[in-house]
Amino acid sequence: MARSTLRFGLCKMHSAEVIVIGGGMFGAAIAYGLARRNVDTVMLDGADDALRAARGNFGLVWVQSKGLGMHRYTAWSRESARLWTAFAADLHDSAGIDVGHRNQGGMQLLLGDAEVEARHETMERMRQQAGADGFACEIIDRKAIRDLLPGIEIGDAVSAASFSPDDGDVNPLKLLRAMQRGFTRLGGRYRSCREVTGIEHRGGVFVAKTAGGDFAAPKIVLAAGHGIFRLAPMVGLCAPIRPQRGQILVTERVQSRLDMPVGSIRQTDEGGFQFGVSEEDLGFDDGTTLAVMRDIARRAIACFPQFASLRLLRSWGCIRVLTPDKCAVYDESTSHPGAYIATSHSGVTLAAINAHHVARWVADGAVPPGFAQFSAQRFNVPATA
Amino acid sequence: MFQRLHDPAAPTVTINFEGETLVADARDSVAAALLAADAGHTRTTPVSGARRAPFCMMGVCFECLVEIDGLANQQACMIRVRAGMDVRRQDGARRLYP
Repeated sequence: MARSTLRFGLCKMHSAEVIVIGGGMFGAAIAYGLARRNVDTVMLDGADDALRAARGNFGLVWVQSKGLGMHRYTAWSRESARLWTAFAADLHDSAGIDVGHRNQGGMQLLLGDAEVEARHETMERMRQQAGADGFACEIIDRKAIRDLLPGIEIGDAVSAASFSPDDGDVNPLKLLRAMQRGFTRLGGRYRSCREVTGIEHRGGVFVAKTAGGDFAAPKIVLAAGHGIFRLAPMVGLCAPIRPQRGQILVTERVQSRLDMPVGSIRQTDEGGFQFGVSEEDLGFDDGTTLAVMRDIARRAIACFPQFASLRLLRSWGCIRVLTPDKCAVYDESTSHPGAYIATSHSGVTLAAINAHHVARWVADGAVPPGFAQFSAQRFNVPATA
Repeated sequence: MFQRLHDPAAPTVTINFEGETLVADARDSVAAALLAADAGHTRTTPVSGARRAPFCMMGVCFECLVEIDGLANQQACMIRVRAGMDVRRQDGARRLYP
């Protein structure tokens, strides 16, 4: 791999084949995939106080609720979930970290008839839009729930659940660490505290400007979460993403019993339970509130009465990166060829496919089937329409 | 192994550890009382079963987890002794279900 430091005037310049802006779930997965393909890549990460969805997320590899209104996104999430087992093994190989991946399915508990009806209606719409491609998710009754979670008392409030065999989970902090370490071990260059302040395009080369020096490459991937909103116009792209806060509670560690993630409830590989997941539109305020935490805890106890004796260890708020239709955006600039954006709030689910197909798309221009549907162009409604 | 440096005439309380009666300074944390009494290990780990004892003494390492009055996963370094307290070693992870 060629590495060089060029000089443009008086400015020291680090060059690579690809610059990935963002060291979170999206950036690290794509950068890891590029390094795996022997592409000389530099990953520019922000400082520790940057907004980091990657350090606050829930850890689900989740398919059953993804892509209402856009089947391509459901199929994309499902394909990633199916790549995940091999991806976890590959990460273990290259980074020496077991990310705690499980893929024995997942369920979302439904409390009361209204929730069952609403979920059933959504599932029918997803089944219809999937057509012959299929949508592997079904409503199961209390007995089936008990069979999947043996020895666990289910609350009386639980009416049914939607179960998908494609769902699973992972330890998200270990995942982020594994991708960053794997990237570095494969020869990638990781640079923290390199918030990109500007991007220039000169003679087919992108120059990313940071307070810690400038970086130059013929290709640049914008995978900086909310940072994309500011950066995308610099390369002729747009990403109408918005912040949404989720709050998460974490309990003391107990003996492992919950064999699969139950939507907003899961037991981590280390024994603690995580409860989520709220949705609030409050800008970039990542605090927590007693009212939301109380509602989250109440629902968890309604699902599993024994949880009332669990003690909370910590809680946090985290800012999701949401697109208008909650489906992923992948785009290459037409005005600035070689500039890409990639974003979604589902960085854990999509990590496997980002490291495979998306890295190959950036490296070789191999466009996955139906990929144009992920363009941010879908949000531009013509004024004459 | 540990020796108290302060006034030996301080008020004392008695607690139970694994069925044995221990005399503690009334201002001790449970962890300090167990260390002062040379009580040995206070838990075994869920992963390897290795023996552990209080370490950080300030609530961050979770090495001192014990069962107090029937409730597991208690940080001995963060809880003050109370007269008659029943303290047990914690073997492995707390069981939420039988």
